[in-house]
Amino acid sequence: MTDKILSVEGLTIEFRIGGRFFPVVDGLSFDLARGEMLGIVGESGCGKSTTALAIMGLVEETSGRVPAGEIKLNGENLLQTSRRRMRQLRGNDVAMIFQEPMSSLNPVFTVGEQIAEVVRLHHGASRKAAMDHAYDMLCKVHIPAPEKRLHQYPHELSGGMRQRVMIAIALACGPSLLIADEPTTALDVTVQAQIFDLLQELRDATGTAIILITHDMGAVAETCQRVLVMYAGRKVEEGPVEAILTEPSHPYTSGLIRCTPHLDRDPPAQLPMLPEIPGIVPPVTELGKGCPFRPRCPHAHARCADMPPVIPVSANHGAACWLQEEERAA
Amino acid sequence: MSAPAAPVSRPGSPTLEALRMLAHNGPAVVGIAMIATIVAVAAIGPLLYPVDPYSIVAAPLSPPFDEFTPQAPFGTDYLGRDILAGIIHGARPTLLVGAFAAALTVVIGVTIGALAGFYGGWIDQALLRLTEFFQVLPPLLLAMVLVTLFSPSLPTIAISIGIVSWPAAMRLTRGEFLRIRQLDYVKAARAAGARNRRLIWRVILPNALPPLIISAALTIGVSILFEAGLSFLGLGDPNTMTWGLMIGANREYFLDAWWPVSIPGVAIFFTVLSVSLLGDGLNDAFNPKLRRR
Repeated sequence: MTDKILSVEGLTIEFRIGGRFFPVVDGLSFDLARGEMLGIVGESGCGKSTTALAIMGLVEETSGRVPAGEIKLNGENLLQTSRRRMRQLRGNDVAMIFQEPMSSLNPVFTVGEQIAEVVRLHHGASRKAAMDHAYDMLCKVHIPAPEKRLHQYPHELSGGMRQRVMIAIALACGPSLLIADEPTTALDVTVQAQIFDLLQELRDATGTAIILITHDMGAVAETCQRVLVMYAGRKVEEGPVEAILTEPSHPYTSGLIRCTPHLDRDPPAQLPMLPEIPGIVPPVTELGKGCPFRPRCPHAHARCADMPPVIPVSANHGAACWLQEEERAA
Repeated sequence: MSAPAAPVSRPGSPTLEALRMLAHNGPAVVGIAMIATIVAVAAIGPLLYPVDPYSIVAAPLSPPFDEFTPQAPFGTDYLGRDILAGIIHGARPTLLVGAFAAALTVVIGVTIGALAGFYGGWIDQALLRLTEFFQVLPPLLLAMVLVTLFSPSLPTIAISIGIVSWPAAMRLTRGEFLRIRQLDYVKAARAAGARNRRLIWRVILPNALPPLIISAALTIGVSILFEAGLSFLGLGDPNTMTWGLMIGANREYFLDAWWPVSIPGVAIFFTVLSVSLLGDGLNDAFNPKLRRR
């Protein structure tokens, strides 16, 4: 990849639980190109949001630490940089939108003030210029009646409009990377589709790379070019969307895909029960050596007691499962 | 017009909504009217009734509304000084001490409470210990010591009151900060690049204001009572007529004459009552759970 915006290398993030540090993210590596949209999927507690916090440089705020790894944004290692520099980058070069648009906006300031605030903070624009820019941003995120919204308070807007405002705030300074942490989980299905369309449109217009964190395989299939599947803090599979969806090469990925309800199939007389992956993600305190998915895996065998590396399936596609090696050997 | 400390009033804005609630709240309107009257007396009363509150105008302890002393309608004190003049001329210093002491209380309490609640950890612990140190000392006793150390004058009295009464404001602010700092919009503001200073003063504090405004209003009443208490104990500024000083000076003659003590007492009562009514009204207006549909 030539136009690399973000490169994460061997990222390990630990949290303190009962006096000891446990790895929540373990040796994670991935790249992101300019204008690319990467989906990070996995169940709750797999380290997706923690990875996002690390890229934002906010892990220390939550009693965590990053003992190893490298996060390079436009060639600058974010883990080595000063707090001051990180603050300049945050909201300016790397921005984030959160799951809950209902509570992510400050209730006592108008929408316009909140967008203008970021622009003034990072670009030192005048109030007037910042307000004009806020208006432009509201137009870009296709909010109906933007001149009216500018002077409204968050509680006067619907959930979808608030998420549009969040996106406007995040993109106000023209970041090269936007992290969207389950941006549509709290929204109606119809609004979800609109928000995804908007993200894609803005990515095409600005070239901002987007990391979409979700557990919705359907959303990823529609919006992303590449997928990274995480399980218990580790990358278990990574590859282009089509490859992952058509030939998932890790039992966890195939499990996740089978769990997604489909509406587009010809309806059979009797819909089969939606399959599930038995068990839950093991707590970090109980992770032993070996493949973390082993206890829930239908194909688990003796060799899974050793942690498999990411084994290439094809050019850009790899899975951390011993089955791959056996398939290639066969 | 980016991010003023208080939200701009617009149709449907929380502030305007709260003001409308306030206007429909009978006791609060009464309180506001009373405060307006008292402030008017303090501001222009001395011009309309230019009698020196220190000069002797009639026989000592003349009763109020007495036909033989029409020059002193509220009667005279133990030295024969006009009580109405004392009430009118004492209003301004009394209110000023109350307001200044309340302002100081809020500034100290909010600053320390904000730092403790925002940073948590050892900073919180250290500031909590400091607060507890002030809380376990009897406030009146500590204020007496401070006033005695720095010689009684209106500014030192107001400062002393502020120094002994900030812990309540600190605890309230700390609690609000502990609650608000973990909300999503604080996280979002941090992710947008806001530094701690900005998070404290521009993001969290405006959201913590409603209970603080109410507590500040009530603190004014408490401070006026505090000043009266110090004056009653003889620690007031002897060169400035305040209502508390009038009560303190005349207390020995209370069995012979009720008016030199009771009339300033009633003035203090109405002032504190009006501020409390306003404070309660503000509480109802800003508390969404009590807001009527």
